[in-house]
Amino acid sequence: MADQLRRQQFWAGVRAEMPIVVGVLPFGLIFGVVATSAGLPPLIAWSTSSIVFAGSAQFIAVPLLAQGAPALILVLTTLIVNLRHLLYSAALAPYARPLSGGWKALLAYLLTDEAFAPTIIHYQDGRPADFKHWFWLGAGLSLWLNWQISTAIGIFLGAQLPANLGLEFTLALTFIGIIIPTLTRRPAVGAFVSAGAVAVATTGLPYRLNLMVAAFTGIAVGLLLEEMDRRRTAAGRFAGRLAAGGRAGEYGEEVR
Amino acid sequence: MTPSIMLLTIAAMGLVTFALRLSLILLAGRIQIPVLVRRALAFVPPAVFAAIIFPDMLWPAGTLDLSWENPFLFSGLTAILTAYWSKNVVLTMVAGMLALWLVRWLVG
Repeated sequence: MADQLRRQQFWAGVRAEMPIVVGVLPFGLIFGVVATSAGLPPLIAWSTSSIVFAGSAQFIAVPLLAQGAPALILVLTTLIVNLRHLLYSAALAPYARPLSGGWKALLAYLLTDEAFAPTIIHYQDGRPADFKHWFWLGAGLSLWLNWQISTAIGIFLGAQLPANLGLEFTLALTFIGIIIPTLTRRPAVGAFVSAGAVAVATTGLPYRLNLMVAAFTGIAVGLLLEEMDRRRTAAGRFAGRLAAGGRAGEYGEEVR
Repeated sequence: MTPSIMLLTIAAMGLVTFALRLSLILLAGRIQIPVLVRRALAFVPPAVFAAIIFPDMLWPAGTLDLSWENPFLFSGLTAILTAYWSKNVVLTMVAGMLALWLVRWLVG
């Protein structure tokens, strides 16, 4: 019975991940092509897929590794680019609590942007969570397998494609495709625009250190704009109440 | 960089990534993430992605290039508009690459 539930959950995770796998496949191919065109040895390129297993960090690391940037720069850059995983870790933590240490480690290794999305939705559907870590495993493993295979194929193909196709720009294009639709609020737009401007202005810094300067600027601007919006809406509510004056009865909160 | 140093560096990158993913799963219930940190983390993706996107668009060859003959600028703008209207990553990538090749072909 329990076995059957485990299997059900696992395959439900695999199925939920399938549409995402289809979207990630070309990205994996392109990573392989870009890494080999930049001159990384095939096994080194592929080891980033199995050891780091984080697409955006791997893409950023390619030019840095190729130009022989100091290890510390690569580690710091990885830290900044993958900082968002803290959010996923925090969101799934309550559900992972009853699991053993081994399970936690395995599921954390598989915790990519793409595995997080269906898994958190699945945990929040209101049904019992007893075997849902098998769903997480199914989603995570199918993405993992897809990434290992697609980057390997890309590395193999990269050796045969001409170098001047501009394929290195697909990283920027992919990020545009991911981030633009999420810029629906003013603070996020502010973070995006200010970080972009600072990154361009500080491009002269060595080893893409402009990435860090720009990221912190963007985060600060985003926080600031959010705080301003918060104050403005708070002030707006207050003004609204004053204007309502004697007719306070219209506002439920004030009658109480 | 020798391959073995590269591999060690990659191992350290993997360790950092794994630590970020595992950290709060392990610390659940023992620590509370400050609200400010949680809010700040929400701005990491737009800030980091912008810091990757714009230099690639505007400084393709080591100098600032704002002309229409810069294929990366034209491609990036095409992609931004495509992403805004379609909200589709693959379509955005295809439109961007076609725009890039078009400018390269025109400028020749």
